[in-house]
Amino acid sequence: MNNALKTFTNGLLKENPTFVLVLGMCPTLATTTSAINGMAMGLATLFVLVCSNIVISLLKNLIPDKVRIPAFIVVIATFVTLVQLLMQAYLPAIYDVLGLFIPLIVVNCIVLGRAEAFAAKNSVGLSALDGLGMGLGFTLALTILGAVRELLGTGAVFGFHLYSDYYGALVFVLAPGAFIALAYLMAIINKLQKK
Amino acid sequence: MVYFLIFISAIFVNNIVLSQFLGICPFLGVSKKIDTAMGMSAAVIFVLTLATVVTYLLQMLLVAWGLEFLQTILFILIIAALVQMIEIMLKKVSPALYQALGVFLPLITTNCCILGVAILVANGTEKLPMGAEHGMLTGTLFAFATALGFGLALILFAGIREQLALAKVPKAMQGTPIALLTAGLLAMAFMGFSGVV
Repeated sequence: MNNALKTFTNGLLKENPTFVLVLGMCPTLATTTSAINGMAMGLATLFVLVCSNIVISLLKNLIPDKVRIPAFIVVIATFVTLVQLLMQAYLPAIYDVLGLFIPLIVVNCIVLGRAEAFAAKNSVGLSALDGLGMGLGFTLALTILGAVRELLGTGAVFGFHLYSDYYGALVFVLAPGAFIALAYLMAIINKLQKK
Repeated sequence: MVYFLIFISAIFVNNIVLSQFLGICPFLGVSKKIDTAMGMSAAVIFVLTLATVVTYLLQMLLVAWGLEFLQTILFILIIAALVQMIEIMLKKVSPALYQALGVFLPLITTNCCILGVAILVANGTEKLPMGAEHGMLTGTLFAFATALGFGLALILFAGIREQLALAKVPKAMQGTPIALLTAGLLAMAFMGFSGVV
């Protein structure tokens, strides 16, 4: 039980994929123009992570070692296509915003990284928990970054205005703001961890 | 003229890294030295152009057979196979070039700008200047220009980081945060090009 809890919280805090491991930067920077977009992207990745971790840990003894990477990629790509089609059907508005970055979950280093580093060596239950923890850590990071950018850029969080968007610094919604906001968030987390 | 504008648009105005956020991982990962940045850029230019042509042709087949939903799975496999093939061929044909690009080739498979641009061009959704039509020729030029833009951003960034290594940086900002901040300023500079095309 302790082990399971450790696996789960590992991705959330100690090895947070965005702030600590610095993986999957492209969707992190591109889709966090608002808190809700960041969260949607995080949840899509979470789904792919959990499913691919489960399937890969089930198949780990069947896949020959030499072709394991292509095999993993096919499993991941299958779930990405699933997410893509489901979102297109049921959440077309969010699908349009995230656009290209949904199919690009395939090349998100976190997903392949967890498959290779964790799911290929551990049991189904633990792999699912690891995927869940990592996915939630990623979702959390994206939501925080999205909220910060939305607040600074438009004065709102999740669409609720805290102050008028007249005073918002638009640059935070645009490309440079993504880099700068993430840089400062990481610096703050570095500082907190040292204490 | 339109072809010239494609280059301006893809290299400066819609720079792949600094305004489209594709290929951030190699942008942050291999930008510590100008030499490695140049090797990576050359490899990306080579693979991206080739991969876009191949996936464009593949997409025509997929559409003809009504199998568009297989796009993601097939494209990533084709790109992985293509990269492997290029590696083997380079080893045989031009050992000198292999020496220069070899290390970067395996990394390129998971570079999201390759798959990203391939999907954009195959779906006919790439950002082209006014007057340009989506097609094989413009798509290929777009891919080539995008890769040049990636190279430009990467080499500029590597140059800055080489200088930055000598500077005194607050402890909490060391490493990735200061690199991201620099990239942010670079992106701001590239924002100045918006509206040119």
